[in-house]
Amino acid sequence: MAEFTLPANSKVRKGKTHAAATGGKNIRKFHVYRWDQDSGENPRTDTYEVDLDDCGPMVLDALIKIKDEVDATLTFRRSCREGVCGSCAMNIDGTNSLACTSFIDEVKGDVKINPLPHMPVIKDLVPDLTNAYAQYTSSQPWLKSESAPPPDKERLQSPEERAKLDGLWECVLCFCCSTSCPSYWWNGDRYLGPATLLQSYRWLADSRDEHTGERLDALEDPFRLYRCHTIMNCTNTCPKHLNPGKAIGEIKKMMVERR
Amino acid sequence: MAAPNRPLSPHLQIYKPQLTSFLSICHRMTGIGLAVGVLFLVCWLSSAATGPESFARIQEFNGSWFGRLLLFGWTFALFYHLCNGIRHLFWDAGKGFEMEIVNRSGVMVLLGAGALTLIAWIWGYSSMGAL
Repeated sequence: MAEFTLPANSKVRKGKTHAAATGGKNIRKFHVYRWDQDSGENPRTDTYEVDLDDCGPMVLDALIKIKDEVDATLTFRRSCREGVCGSCAMNIDGTNSLACTSFIDEVKGDVKINPLPHMPVIKDLVPDLTNAYAQYTSSQPWLKSESAPPPDKERLQSPEERAKLDGLWECVLCFCCSTSCPSYWWNGDRYLGPATLLQSYRWLADSRDEHTGERLDALEDPFRLYRCHTIMNCTNTCPKHLNPGKAIGEIKKMMVERR
Repeated sequence: MAAPNRPLSPHLQIYKPQLTSFLSICHRMTGIGLAVGVLFLVCWLSSAATGPESFARIQEFNGSWFGRLLLFGWTFALFYHLCNGIRHLFWDAGKGFEMEIVNRSGVMVLLGAGALTLIAWIWGYSSMGAL
């Protein structure tokens, strides 16, 4: 059931403020969600002042600067710093994106940073993605075929068949889309969410895959697929500019067409 | 290992209002409103079937400012749900998923529903001879 308010243990309190040590001219405030299991306290929002003249252009640069120079306890995931690993997905200025590809300059005023919405928090900006990964696994994201591949070469596709996978394979599984979706917020335990469904469609659209029927059977469920109400927050927020909403629409079409 | 009492990260509280989700929740709310409106419609019709006295009573309520406000709301709900329903039909056909078109069709639905509501009420008042 949809619960519109946060549980008592999740209400966010005001936290500490860390003033910029340098006293520079180009100071920006970063309001960052913090939660530490060991403190036994509710989450809080800490404020960090960052001198942008002494900081890289991306939100991730600011977070790394804060962790290096101000508060080493600040915890977040990051790896590639160029939008291909999907680790630093978080809610920046009210929408989900990758911190490494989000310019600080594109945020007006103070920069508010929260973990991906409506997820259990492990620490600070690190959400527990166990459920999301389990849902992805349940989509069996690998090529399934009965016929043997040609002995002397790969399974070939025409350029047209290959083109159908563009806009699908580029997903980095950051789960920005799923955690932007109100339907996933309220029914994330049973609704697969846009990220997993985009990947489901990636295999449904693959000309080499021979398990289309079984894949559709697994999705034909009031919750797994049909909790998508075409809200389109997913496509609106995707940092890779993919279109999960359209992919889900295509799956729904396949369901109708196979009758 | 005992599962720690993990907090739930903030969602509605922090997510920036989006045209996409706003129009979606409006679709659901107008749907609920219309379901209630159908009950009212049944009352209206059954009062007409019961007799002139009960019909006059419900007509009096319809003529009051509160009754008019409700009817205006239901008119808008009807046209909004209709227009957005057509938008959903396009999506069901696999069309109009590009973000630019989603935003444009959303604005069109709002403008269209507003315009149809106004036209219906102008037509209604002028056929009453009130305009």
